[in-house]
Amino acid sequence: MFSNILIYFVVIPLLMLAGLAICRNIRQIRAVAVTGSLALTALSVWLLIDYLALRAAGETAPMLYTDSWTWFEPLHINLAVGVDGISIAMLILSSIILLTGSFASWKIEPHTKDFFLWLILLSTGVFGFFISIDLFTMFMFYEVALIPMYLLIGVWGSGNKNYSAMKLTLMLMGGSAFLMLGLIGIYYHSAPAGQPLTWNLLKIAENASISQGWQYFLFPMTFVGFGVLGAMFPFHTWSPDGHASAPTAVSMLHAGVLMKLGGYGCFRVAIYLMPQAAEELAWIFLILTGISVVYGAFSACVQTDLKYLNAYSSVSHCGLVLFAILMLNTTAMTGAIMQMLSHGLMTALFFALIGMIYGRTHTRDIRLMGGLMKIMPFLAVCYVIAGMASLGLPGLSGFVAEMTIFVGSFKAGMADYLAGEGSLRLVFTIIACCSIVITAVYILRVVGKLLLGPVYDEHHLTLTDATWWERTSTVVLIICVAAIGCFPNFFESLIKFTFSPSIFAVIGMN
Amino acid sequence: MDITLPLLILVIPLFMFLLLGLVGMKMSHRLAGTLGTLGMGTVLVLSYITALTYFYSGAPEFITSAGERLQYTVFNVTWLQFTDSLVIKLGFLLDPISAMMLIVIPTISFMVHLYSLGYMRDHHGVYEHGFQRFYAFLSLFSFSMLGLVVATNIFQMYIFWELVGASSYLLIGFYYKKPSAVSASKKAFIVTRFADLGFLIGILVLSFYTGTFNFADLTSAPVDGIADVSQVSLTTAEGIKAMFTNSPAPMFMGASVMTWALVLIFMGGMGKSAMMPLHIWLPDAMEGPTPVSALIHAATMVVAGVYLVARLFPLYLMETAALDIIVVVGALTAFYAAMVACTQVDIKRVLAFSTISQIAFMMVSLGVARPEFHHGLGYMAGMFHLFTHAMFKALLFLCAGALIHAIGSNDYTAMHGLRKYMPITHITFLIGCLAIAGIIPFAGFFSKDEILTACFGHSIVWYIWMSLVAGLTAFYMFRLYYLIFWWKEHKVENPHHAPHDQPWTMTLPLVILAAISCVAGFVPFGNLVTWNGHPMFVNENGEMVSTFFTNLQNLDWSVAGISLAVAIIAILIATAMYKKENPLPAKMKNALPALWDWCYHRFYWDELYQFITHKIIFGCISKPIAWFDRHIIDGSMDGLAIVANKASEAIKGFQSGKVQMYVWFYLIGALLLGAITFICLL
Amino acid sequence: MDITVIYYLVPSLIMFCCGVYGFVTRKNMIAMLISLELMLNSVDINFVVFNRYLFPHQLEGMFFTLFAIAIAAAETALAIAIIINIFRASKNIDVTDVTKMKF
Repeated sequence: MFSNILIYFVVIPLLMLAGLAICRNIRQIRAVAVTGSLALTALSVWLLIDYLALRAAGETAPMLYTDSWTWFEPLHINLAVGVDGISIAMLILSSIILLTGSFASWKIEPHTKDFFLWLILLSTGVFGFFISIDLFTMFMFYEVALIPMYLLIGVWGSGNKNYSAMKLTLMLMGGSAFLMLGLIGIYYHSAPAGQPLTWNLLKIAENASISQGWQYFLFPMTFVGFGVLGAMFPFHTWSPDGHASAPTAVSMLHAGVLMKLGGYGCFRVAIYLMPQAAEELAWIFLILTGISVVYGAFSACVQTDLKYLNAYSSVSHCGLVLFAILMLNTTAMTGAIMQMLSHGLMTALFFALIGMIYGRTHTRDIRLMGGLMKIMPFLAVCYVIAGMASLGLPGLSGFVAEMTIFVGSFKAGMADYLAGEGSLRLVFTIIACCSIVITAVYILRVVGKLLLGPVYDEHHLTLTDATWWERTSTVVLIICVAAIGCFPNFFESLIKFTFSPSIFAVIGMN
Repeated sequence: MDITLPLLILVIPLFMFLLLGLVGMKMSHRLAGTLGTLGMGTVLVLSYITALTYFYSGAPEFITSAGERLQYTVFNVTWLQFTDSLVIKLGFLLDPISAMMLIVIPTISFMVHLYSLGYMRDHHGVYEHGFQRFYAFLSLFSFSMLGLVVATNIFQMYIFWELVGASSYLLIGFYYKKPSAVSASKKAFIVTRFADLGFLIGILVLSFYTGTFNFADLTSAPVDGIADVSQVSLTTAEGIKAMFTNSPAPMFMGASVMTWALVLIFMGGMGKSAMMPLHIWLPDAMEGPTPVSALIHAATMVVAGVYLVARLFPLYLMETAALDIIVVVGALTAFYAAMVACTQVDIKRVLAFSTISQIAFMMVSLGVARPEFHHGLGYMAGMFHLFTHAMFKALLFLCAGALIHAIGSNDYTAMHGLRKYMPITHITFLIGCLAIAGIIPFAGFFSKDEILTACFGHSIVWYIWMSLVAGLTAFYMFRLYYLIFWWKEHKVENPHHAPHDQPWTMTLPLVILAAISCVAGFVPFGNLVTWNGHPMFVNENGEMVSTFFTNLQNLDWSVAGISLAVAIIAILIATAMYKKENPLPAKMKNALPALWDWCYHRFYWDELYQFITHKIIFGCISKPIAWFDRHIIDGSMDGLAIVANKASEAIKGFQSGKVQMYVWFYLIGALLLGAITFICLL
Repeated sequence: MDITVIYYLVPSLIMFCCGVYGFVTRKNMIAMLISLELMLNSVDINFVVFNRYLFPHQLEGMFFTLFAIAIAAAETALAIAIIINIFRASKNIDVTDVTKMKF
């Protein structure tokens, strides 16, 4: 079992939990958190290199490092693992955000140990989710990732935290209910009559035995189930409240990684297993996600709380992920994956910076702040960079992701239009394109109000700039954002194999 | 051609940006400024070598034996692969217009770098706060602008297009503590971003139908025998047009899709080049430091739109409807901006509107260009004007900077009669004014004359219209000149505080640019830059004729004479009105109060935009959406919770805590169940 | 006299009904516990009897009864512990007064 590299993505967090249990003071806790997340980062980078080497050597299986260990035979539940380029990208994202999140919660109070315990339990769920290819264990890890969120927000949060924590948990649990129904439905149709049922993604895709009628039922179930976590309109309202109340590291992990679980799940489960229904029913969700994109952006324009603003911006950006996935077109899907990475890093950076600013000024209301560039230049410059990434400045990650999505969606839209199949995709692509302008409006509005201009509050003049751990956290994220933005083709080649023709022959994707 | 030089042209400014941006604050001001200037100086030398090699080496990859200039792709690296055919590459394309821009951008940029060494410190020699940052941003801008002009494909252009927009944002907002600068930078970015949306959709449409981003594939045909070399060809453009017309949906809402694509792409150009109605950001952009206005908002970035149209010119030739739109937009903008420039008080605003007007001249020139008329004279004229305008407008802005630096105000009301105190600034400013007014032999005369000739060849209406605007140009420039340097005498109580010429770092660029403005008109442009690379001035044997007087000899005096006369008359009127303090201007203002008011308030465009953004977008869209989200969407989620809460409240009485109640319920339930079972079994 | 199964079942039924009656009417928790024991024991009797008469060669009923007795003992201990604790807390073991744990 331990010969498979993937299992260590779960083992290391568990070891971290054990290590935390015996920690006596805050230094030891920090040491455990940082060492563990560094180990995870190193592991994921090593996995990436090894994966690329295997691919270069001509490996064409859809998933590599596959393994399966029986867990509960009568229900065919296995702990099955395997990764492809997308999962690796997500693993890297998660480990980097865990690392920077640990730095960002350097001084978390009170109950430091418990905070890290729950945080790392949450990451265990996240890593487990990304390495699983067994629907049951995937769902289990998904739940493991959700539940700690309640305590993290409820105990360490700020503002109306009980309400937010409850709302977030209940709404996501509601999504899980749909999801579970969908997954069980898939399980019962996972194999042709007479053959043993399975939870294994690859086998289900191979069998392709879910009938058209059942797909019509199961696709919306799974898509909505994951879509709730991906902040799909109208199931997104947990996001502003939840993010606003959550402590910094939790906001980072949640917006950076957990919301990606939604997009990843939509792609991996809903679309991958039920391509026919995806094609037929895409229009419903296209409308919803298309609305998300502009709706989130417009809402963000008038927010006054930094975290609310960023949460709505996340609704817009994550909407774009689901939107692109629904285009069922290789380019757009590549863009969706890039957008997941890009948004994960960028939004984590945003939340880290907001947390740092909030920690100093004790307010998140942009009307009560101004001219921070003069007071805390480092944080302000980082905020501007994050903003630029968000509004899609070339050289940073947002641009490549958005452009790939737009090119792909436009292609899908035009193909529909030319084939006389309606212009819904085309219209929504153009509407989604408009979001680049609205994004510029709200980002520049907040940058202008918060960072530039004269100092609003005299008391802020005494505040200090970032400490070394805060600098580490932000610089790591900025480097990643810039790396994706400057060398996008690398990621393109990483993701490419997932969309190899053999897999999408089912859908007839182009 | 070796790739080292072109690569260095791009890498040095980028490196300077990173260096000054990351460690600049640790350096002394002087070191940072010197480093930045030296870096730009190196780029200047390298790009001169590159451009001159392109124009004069006669290498087979640059020019055919028949004298046709070719496009040469120095390098082209895949940056992002969308699909098999749609690939964003980063490359370096050398052709007449990019080589010309390789002269323009580093020249102006270097002058501005040098000038800023003096401008960005006060009279006591104390450097401005953020001096290093300023040089870092200048380097970033230079990098982006160079990347834009050498783009080998339209997406590379879009990438650098966005980058110049961002560096423009950073530089306009350089004085970030000033709220007006902050809002100006925001406005500039958002307005151009809106235009870029059109550009992006245009690119998407164009690339979908043609399957390529490459300029070479869109407008040029490869040349046999030499790798990476292509030649502008109408046949290719016709092929591209055929791709549109042969597709299942060649029309969209009454116009051909290709026209749509080209107009949308032009919309991006309208934003960057401040064409009406997207011009509103440029006057406000004057909030930035004056050297920035000279570099970005007069000479280089704002002509990107013109450059874009020129780059895709063969495609525009295929859809003359798009060209007609360009002409109309350009002509209206030129007239509007000239009118407004006549009434402004802030000298930088006058220059800004003048820039808008002059760029509109270039647009019109491209719009009226047709291969049938003098081998596409309009194209060459537009590019020529771009070149000369960059020089004299940068000169004018730098002069304005010197004045502002000396006086400490932007308004001419604080200046008046400065000719004695600042002689160098005075002379160079006058040269700039003569050049822009179109007085022989200064640079503007030749380029403007070519534009008017091209208009004349296209349609007499536009010719008269543009001549009128040219007259207005001469008028408002000399109005400005007289109001700054003449009008009433400057009273100075304390001779030590008299305004004076600025240090050499500031005057040297003025003198150099003035010298260029004097001679640039004689550059035989027709032999260097034409739309298809064919030389314009050839003798009977078909050989290129390039002497110092080629331009003069080829003048069409019937047009040139008229335009010269118009300019001189306009200058005379300005002299009469503004040389000495007199009541004429006030009388004119009172005679046409409404017109003056509209011009003074720039025809209320800003107020209109203010209304649209604040009242409509924020007030009628964003606020209701946010309200809807909080109260309807969120309310319904909360509503679910409330329903659950109420329901459990209603049934919680069962949970009374009285054990014996439970037992009764249990017993009754059990008996009922038993009874039911019994009845069923019966 | 032939002892049929009915001879066992009737007292068992009486015991059970007494238990039920006691459980729902007595307010004293100890008394309720005693009633509960009555019910349990009546059921135990039934098990043994049915085992003896229906499947004389098997012992499942016997075992089950033994098991139930053991569990009942444990349960009684637990219940008494709870009752003592309640008494300590409120000086009262009247079941109608112990309503703090509702809702």
